[in-house]
Amino acid sequence: MAEIELEGVWKVYADGTEAVKDLTITVGDGEFVVFVGPSGCGKTTALRMIAGLEEISAGKIRIADRVVNDVPARDRDVAMVFQNYALYPHLTVRENIGFGLKLRKMDRAVINERVNHAAEILGITELLDKKPKALSGGQRQRVAMGRAIVRQPEAFLMDEPLSNLDAKLRVQMRAEVLRIQQELGVTVVYVTHDQTEAMTMGDRVAVIRGGILQQIAAPQVLYDNPVNLFVAGFIGSPAMNIVEAKITRKGDVLTATFGSTELTLGDQVLSHHPDLERHIGESVILGIRPEEMEDAATVGGPVKGATIDATATLVEKLGSEILVHFEVDAPRVVTDDVRELVEDIGAITSEDLGKAAATNVSEFVAMVSPRSVVDKGTAITLNVDTTRLHFFDVETGIALGGLRATGKTGPPHSHGLVATHEQNPETEGDST
Amino acid sequence: MANAPVTTRVDGPIEPVRPDDLRPEGKGLAGRIADVASHGPLYVILVLIGIFWMLPAIGLLVASLRTAAANADSGWWTALGNPSQLTLDNYQSLLANPVIQRAFINTVLITVPATLLVLFFAAMAGYAFAWIRFPGRDVLFLVVIGLLVVPLQLGLIPIARLYNQLGIFGSIVGVVLFHVGFGLPFAIFLLRNFFAGIPRELMEAARMDGASEWRLFFRVVLPLGIPALAALAVYQFLWTWNDLLVGLVFANSNSQPITVAIREQTRQFGANIDIISSGAFLSMVIPLIVFFAFQRYFVRGLLAGSGK
Ligand SMILES: Nc1ncnc2c1ncn2[C@@H]1O[C@H](COP(=O)(O)OP(=O)(O)O)[C@@H](O)[C@H]1O
Ligand SMILES: [Mg+2]
Repeated sequence: MAEIELEGVWKVYADGTEAVKDLTITVGDGEFVVFVGPSGCGKTTALRMIAGLEEISAGKIRIADRVVNDVPARDRDVAMVFQNYALYPHLTVRENIGFGLKLRKMDRAVINERVNHAAEILGITELLDKKPKALSGGQRQRVAMGRAIVRQPEAFLMDEPLSNLDAKLRVQMRAEVLRIQQELGVTVVYVTHDQTEAMTMGDRVAVIRGGILQQIAAPQVLYDNPVNLFVAGFIGSPAMNIVEAKITRKGDVLTATFGSTELTLGDQVLSHHPDLERHIGESVILGIRPEEMEDAATVGGPVKGATIDATATLVEKLGSEILVHFEVDAPRVVTDDVRELVEDIGAITSEDLGKAAATNVSEFVAMVSPRSVVDKGTAITLNVDTTRLHFFDVETGIALGGLRATGKTGPPHSHGLVATHEQNPETEGDST
Repeated sequence: MANAPVTTRVDGPIEPVRPDDLRPEGKGLAGRIADVASHGPLYVILVLIGIFWMLPAIGLLVASLRTAAANADSGWWTALGNPSQLTLDNYQSLLANPVIQRAFINTVLITVPATLLVLFFAAMAGYAFAWIRFPGRDVLFLVVIGLLVVPLQLGLIPIARLYNQLGIFGSIVGVVLFHVGFGLPFAIFLLRNFFAGIPRELMEAARMDGASEWRLFFRVVLPLGIPALAALAVYQFLWTWNDLLVGLVFANSNSQPITVAIREQTRQFGANIDIISSGAFLSMVIPLIVFFAFQRYFVRGLLAGSGK
């Protein structure tokens, strides 16, 4: 088990594609770090460079304090679980799992013992004599894990290992992968494009966009203090609502205004977001997570200066909560971040987005209590937790002075790393 | 996808997966019978075509089991109504003929090395062309493809000269080398394409498992290549075994293969059908045995099960 350090790592493919740009990440011994980001952002490339399957264009990668840039994959002592499992079709499950040990000329008794042990951990003992083609997707996935486990490597690298499984199995395997990682105490770098998977599995999550690390932090930190609009929009489901709002001071009271909504910002907001001071009288991008809104009727009435009046355009009753879709009468925010997020989801094209921006309507989603009696077309007053608002610079999309995001408090591993925002217009949008 | 506005959550308790839940479905016996039944007419037609195709071979076999006199008197099919005509005399005299004996051994000595050498070199070259990056690889492969269309007749005279200089004209070695040389382009082409179809991740998984290039070749690529190797082996074996032209040009009476020897019998004895039919059948039967021996390796979908 070991630390993995990436230091200013670049990957430029032969065709000139800059897939990974100046990536610096340290994965601690026994830590579970997830690389997450939209498809094409360079996660796989980064992982393959750690594995030794892809040359490193610039920078250094260290595994267990050894620079491995020129070490071939077979000597790096890391194991990889591939997205499509890559089992040896001509070998039985037992031989598949033991292949790496056999190549290392280990004693047959030791191989057997280790294979049996791994099979036990994975619950595939009965399958040991079958060929991969007789297995289901979930079983193949386990065999692929087994192949990594028996080698007792310095680290596991996993590239979207669960993405080929159906939703239910995926949730089960998530827990299983975590259990195994904890049992073995092994260092894991895990790649996914699914933010839920990233948030539920990672000790820390690295959000990557267009080959550039945006932020690496514990899931809760990412959620609470996204460093920029991209991270804010990527993390959390449903996504954070964003709207351009004007910050004004009337007497002692700071307010954020968008459309006909006026939110009073208490002292606490300013102390959490000291940078906001410099934007008084200007516009900022205001972010409100769906979870920070609640049907006023279910919590004892509206709170003055912290409500949004809305008409539900769509209501999704999920049992444990209700998603209320509504429109606010303020222009939609369209930045490059938003564009990329929207395209990643594939919900609408960025052209549609442009048209939507021209109208004076932004779509919001609120997640309210199941006790709410809201229905499609009915009016609803939503209380907003104004202490949990997010603010971003209109131009750069960078978060305005979240406390922890500035790195002034918290233990070294828990604070967010402020990444420079993507500035180079040439590289915009080439990563999808 | 991360943030679709319409969202569902899976928050239920997490249960372990039982292997039973994951077992893929197979087809029952009833299903297979239904399959055959629905294809009934097709099978009848296929069987008829098969019999029609086999008629000459059956005729040859029956003729080879009759005496020369009987063959001169009546057609081979009369033996079907009168099995007492059948005798092994032709085979006995054939196998006692030292020229045929020698030629039979020569054919084996030519065919087996020519097949094995082609397999050996083509497998390595195919692997290199498919999976190893080296300068000039693509150009070299284009040259190999170009060689595919060079007819072997073009090589007869220059190579005969070369063999003369090397002193291997008329020897078995010369015949073998010629077959290897002209067998390789197609063999390399076939195996390269087959090996290139192996998923990249499979090769990478093996590398991560600690396989060197050699081990990767022997432990992963060759086993996965068995269907292609078997097909190629049979093809090359049949081609070499049945060859007349190369044997005729490059072999002498000591090194001549059976095809050349049988041809010689016709010249010497005119219509000596007893020797020709039994000799021809014997020379035909060996490739058939080889074909059926290798048939079980022609399995499709050997790569199944590697991925999702
Ligand atoms: N072999 C390659 N040659 C050129 N470009 C590549 C190659 N592999 C990946 N890319 C490009 O590099 C970028 C990152 O790819 P990848 O690491 O696979 O992204 P992700 O895994 O995050 O989806 C993409 O733009 C992709 O098109
Ligand atoms: Mg990928």
